[in-house]
Amino acid sequence: MINWANFISQCFNGLVTGALLALISSGLTIIYGTLGVLNLAHGAMFMLGGYAGWVTYTYTGSFLAAVVAGSLFVMVVGVLMERLVIRHFYTRPHEDQLLVTFGLGIVFVEVVRYYFGSLSQTVPPPGPLLGITNLGFMIYPTYRLALLGIIAVALLVLYFVLYRTRIGMIVRAGIEDSVMVDSLGIDVYKVFMLVFGIGAMAAGFAGIVNAPVVSIAPDVGEAILVQTFVVVVIGGVGSFPGAVIGGLIAGEIISITTMFNPAYSQIMLFVAMTLVLVLRPHGLLGQAGRE
Amino acid sequence: MPIKRPYLVEILTALALVLAPFVLPYLGFSPSTINRILIWGLFGLGFDILFGYTGLLSFGQSAFYGTGGMFAAYLLTEAGFPYVLLAIVLGAVVAGVVGYFIGLIALRRTGIYFAMITVAIAEVFFFVEFNPLSAFTGGENGLPGVPTPVINLGFTVLKFDTDWTMYTFLAFWYFVGIVIALRIVRSPVGAILSAIRDNPLRATALGHNIHGYKLTAFVVAAIYAGFAGGLLATMQGFMPPDAFMFDTSGQVVMQTAIGGAGTLFGPLIGAAVWLYLSDFFQNVLHLGPTWKLVLGIVFVLLVVFLRRGIVGAIIDLYRMTKGDKQGTEPATAAAATAFDPAAVEAMPARRRGGEAPASGPILRATGLTKRYGGLAANSDIDFSVDHGEMRGIIGPNGAGKSTFFKMLTCEVAPTSGTIMFEGRDITGMSVTDVCQLGLTKSYQINQLFDRLTVRQNLTIAALGETRGRFKLDLLRSIHSVPGLGEQVERTAALVNLTARLDTAVSELAYGEKRRLEIGLALATSPSLLLLDEPLAGMSPRERVETVALLKSIARGRTLIIIDHDMDALFELVGKVTVLQEGRVLVEGTPAEIKADAKVQEAYLGGVHGEVA
Repeated sequence: MINWANFISQCFNGLVTGALLALISSGLTIIYGTLGVLNLAHGAMFMLGGYAGWVTYTYTGSFLAAVVAGSLFVMVVGVLMERLVIRHFYTRPHEDQLLVTFGLGIVFVEVVRYYFGSLSQTVPPPGPLLGITNLGFMIYPTYRLALLGIIAVALLVLYFVLYRTRIGMIVRAGIEDSVMVDSLGIDVYKVFMLVFGIGAMAAGFAGIVNAPVVSIAPDVGEAILVQTFVVVVIGGVGSFPGAVIGGLIAGEIISITTMFNPAYSQIMLFVAMTLVLVLRPHGLLGQAGRE
Repeated sequence: MPIKRPYLVEILTALALVLAPFVLPYLGFSPSTINRILIWGLFGLGFDILFGYTGLLSFGQSAFYGTGGMFAAYLLTEAGFPYVLLAIVLGAVVAGVVGYFIGLIALRRTGIYFAMITVAIAEVFFFVEFNPLSAFTGGENGLPGVPTPVINLGFTVLKFDTDWTMYTFLAFWYFVGIVIALRIVRSPVGAILSAIRDNPLRATALGHNIHGYKLTAFVVAAIYAGFAGGLLATMQGFMPPDAFMFDTSGQVVMQTAIGGAGTLFGPLIGAAVWLYLSDFFQNVLHLGPTWKLVLGIVFVLLVVFLRRGIVGAIIDLYRMTKGDKQGTEPATAAAATAFDPAAVEAMPARRRGGEAPASGPILRATGLTKRYGGLAANSDIDFSVDHGEMRGIIGPNGAGKSTFFKMLTCEVAPTSGTIMFEGRDITGMSVTDVCQLGLTKSYQINQLFDRLTVRQNLTIAALGETRGRFKLDLLRSIHSVPGLGEQVERTAALVNLTARLDTAVSELAYGEKRRLEIGLALATSPSLLLLDEPLAGMSPRERVETVALLKSIARGRTLIIIDHDMDALFELVGKVTVLQEGRVLVEGTPAEIKADAKVQEAYLGGVHGEVA
């Protein structure tokens, strides 16, 4: 018999997980869409955001400072990574790009392990968001409710930047045809660097705001990366709305399956991905020929 | 190519495997490290066929490594099955079957999608092993107590229960593995796999069912992985659950990249470097967990600076010191002597499906229309070409000529209308099947296999004709395919590339590439050949030669040629079709077309005068 209170609270959990995945995946997908590079170090970016935030928190005691520092740090890492390594790989085969980002991901994880060890760390939620909230029909941890709002705002900001600003217009034009953008007199490399930074920052931001919910460890990015892939395959590569919808679907699948049997949550996620691949090979909102 | 000394690589490998236990310990390799190198090397052989030769980068090989190993270990422990070797073989078979079904899903996409899907699939296997199937797999404990192999030969019993006896067992199977892998990459299938890596689009258009071949490579890789997994279980006496982890997939990828993908020996060398360094960092330098950081940095540097890995770098170095002069000299000699394609024996078109009537229309398109959204690229084209005809198609830029060709070769499905080829309705068929029927095209923009030689390029094209769309002759030598060598040589002679047969396409001059482009289409022995701007970008002299070549090709087959060089075209063809704005404007002999007022208007905007 289904326990309805439990069911609703799991749906909320799914919403939180889904929003988080949506944010990370949109970072991955705008990088891929614009630069044509699949960043296998994207999971490590998520992890780095968590650690940078945690370090800031232990020094300052301020959650807000941790969020700002975590996001900015990862953005800088992303920009440097594009400038120093990825840029030399645009003309090389996709496979080489995968290999080098995969290797960089390992280096990031192992650097963190070297400095901070393998033990997991936690960042407590900020004071006002501690405890639980009674929503009338259920009680729910306050921070998770807030997290939903925080990520929604982050997604809206990303949407605003992509769809309502000049730079966003250039980025979207770059997704369609970066050669054309280049020939219009816009320095496409600067745009690439910026996009890589923003995409990485999305993952880093997610890493630190999620730290009060799930503790951080050097390996935390790996599982996230795999789930992000599923989201992107479901949503369609290079599509921001696809990443959001795919993220929410994945989040709900994980949470609702967990209610019945946690062991099957990843398996159900895979079943969903297979269904999409069979019925709509380019993803729910993906376009044919963009590969 | 090592045709002169056919078994050289095999003999050297056997020698190295025999000598290794006497040499490697002095370099600091422990026996168990050497054994693990062999297992990773064997695992990597299959992966290299998938990645290095076919170009499919899978990050999910752990699924098959784990499945094969777990199945064998379960048989040998829980199920009480007594035959170790048979259990390992069965594990490999199960891995292959699983690989077949996974391949059906993962190969729906290519490139980065394929990589992402394989990652996700491997992750699911990990979860399945740990949870739903933990009663069989021991969950996070794995399966201990896997016996070592014992083989009863009748007169003596071989036991492989020490490190060095185990080495002989593993070395034997590695040798078997490399012999089979070498046969696969030297087989017709191997040639097609490299074609898929270099240019899947053209491989499809040359009549190969590339999905079938990709699936073959995927299954082969899964079988190798499963077999290596079983060897791991018997070597360790224990099947570890971490065989299923993402780390395992990542490691085989990294070892292969370090050693050099597309070399077969790359994975073995990569594994040796990887395991040696990890032993060295941990046991000699006492780096603790930092060893992985150092290896990660080494890996990134190798990917950045040593693109073809260690083995690839050695091969390049060897070629550089040896000096690769043979390829260039005869080419200049050939260019000096005038080329006369008419002197070369013509290549007749192959008759497919019995004696087709050699008169009447070979191709008839009715009401052919192609719309892209609101834009009609072709509308309502009726077009018919007779057997043995040489037809020209002209029209201003944007008239829809290339779209028309794409529909005829079934690269693009028409919005409406039908296409009949040799009395058969081919509308909606695949480009592969149409090529098999004897209709193919040379492309406006070269579609070649750039990393391969001219000979390999022509071989791939000729294989489509001799073998059909799919054939699993994995272990057959490509040199034993009847008629293949002659077909390649004859085509090369016809397109004047005989002197360049063993030159890589990337080193050819533009005009040579153009001729090879025609050669690829020709090597499939088409009865109807479409040529999309064969003269584009050629020098005046090359044009003259190519026109002579086209005349020679036309003996015994039907040609349809698009080109903007009207002098050349009018000299060649008997009849010209003029397209304008996606419609047939007029059709007639060159003389009629030259005099036609509508054509003059289309080209010159109403200025009356003779078309240049």
